[in-house]
Amino acid sequence: MFPPEFDNLLYVGLQHYLVVGAVLFVSGLFTMMTKRNAIGILIGVELVLNSASLNLVAFDRYLGPGRLDGQIMALFVIVLAAAEAALAVGICINLYKNLATMDVDQAADLRG
Amino acid sequence: MLAALRPREGTLILPVLLLVSLASTAYGTEGVAGEGATAVTSAAEPGGILEVLSFYGCAILTVVCALGVCASKNIVRMAVWLFGALGAVALLYFLMAANFIGAIQLIVYVGGTLILLVFGVMLTTKSPWVRFEAKRWELIGAGVVCLALLVCLCTVLCRTAWHAAEGAMPGAAVAEIGRSLLTTYLVPFEVAGVLLMIVMVGAAHLARQEKKS
Repeated sequence: MFPPEFDNLLYVGLQHYLVVGAVLFVSGLFTMMTKRNAIGILIGVELVLNSASLNLVAFDRYLGPGRLDGQIMALFVIVLAAAEAALAVGICINLYKNLATMDVDQAADLRG
Repeated sequence: MLAALRPREGTLILPVLLLVSLASTAYGTEGVAGEGATAVTSAAEPGGILEVLSFYGCAILTVVCALGVCASKNIVRMAVWLFGALGAVALLYFLMAANFIGAIQLIVYVGGTLILLVFGVMLTTKSPWVRFEAKRWELIGAGVVCLALLVCLCTVLCRTAWHAAEGAMPGAAVAEIGRSLLTTYLVPFEVAGVLLMIVMVGAAHLARQEKKS
C-alpha cells in the first residue's frame, strides 16, 4: 500500500521518540536564546531538561527493557529540574527586587 | 479567524490533552486485557495501529506546544504552552509504559514546577503584558543555529543503527524502581534528598522579605 521508504512511519521505534526529544531540545534552546525575560529563559531550560528525560526513558524502553536504569535517571533529572526551578525563581525575585525589571540585559552591574 | 482565536489558544489545549489521554488510556487497558495480567510487551516487535496513532497524536501535540513556547511573546502564554508540552510528554511516557515517570512528571512538573513559574511571573511583573523583544538579527541568528542543530541531530539519529534489545518490560515496574532506589541507587537518592533540603533553605533565604531597618 505504501512505498517501502515510508515503512518506518508505520511503526513506533526509538528514532521516533528521539526526534521528538530533538525538537523539544531545539525549541528550548531557541527560547533560551531569544527571550529577554528571566522567567522565559527558565521555561526554555525546563524544555531542554524535559527532552533529556524523554530521551532517557526512550533509551530505557528500547535499548535495555527490563532494567529501568533510564527511568531512574529520568527521575533524578526531574528532581534536579524541580530544585533548579525553585532556586532560579528565588534568584529572579531577588533580581526584580534589586533592579525592578526582569530584563536579563539590564542585569549588568558586575560587567567590568 | 486566527486573530479571533488568539486569546483563547490556551483553553484549546485542554480538550485536546483530555482526548489524547483518554485514547492512550483505552489503548493501555486494551493491551493489558489482551495479554494477561503480566502485560509483557516486546520492544522490537511493531506495535498495533493504535500505538502508532497515539504516538503521532502525542508527538504532534508535544511539537506544537514546544513551538508555541518559542513563538509566543507573552510570558503567561509561554507558561500555558509549557503546560501543554509537559502534559504531552507525560502522555509519551505513558505510551512507553513508563507509568511511574509519567505520574511523577504530572505531579512534580505540571503540579509543582509550573505553578512555581507562574508564581514567579505574578511576583515579578507589574503588568502581565510587559514584553521585552529580541532584536531581529538575534531572532534570525538563533533560528538559523537551532534549525541547523535540529537537522544535524535528526540526521544522526536516523542514520545510527540502534541495537534494539529484545526483552520484556517488568510487570511491576514501580516496585522494581523502589527497590533499586534503595539498593543500587541509594547514594544518589540520599544525595538528592540532601540537595533538595539545601535548595529549600537557599530558596527561602533568597526570596525572604528584607527587614526595614
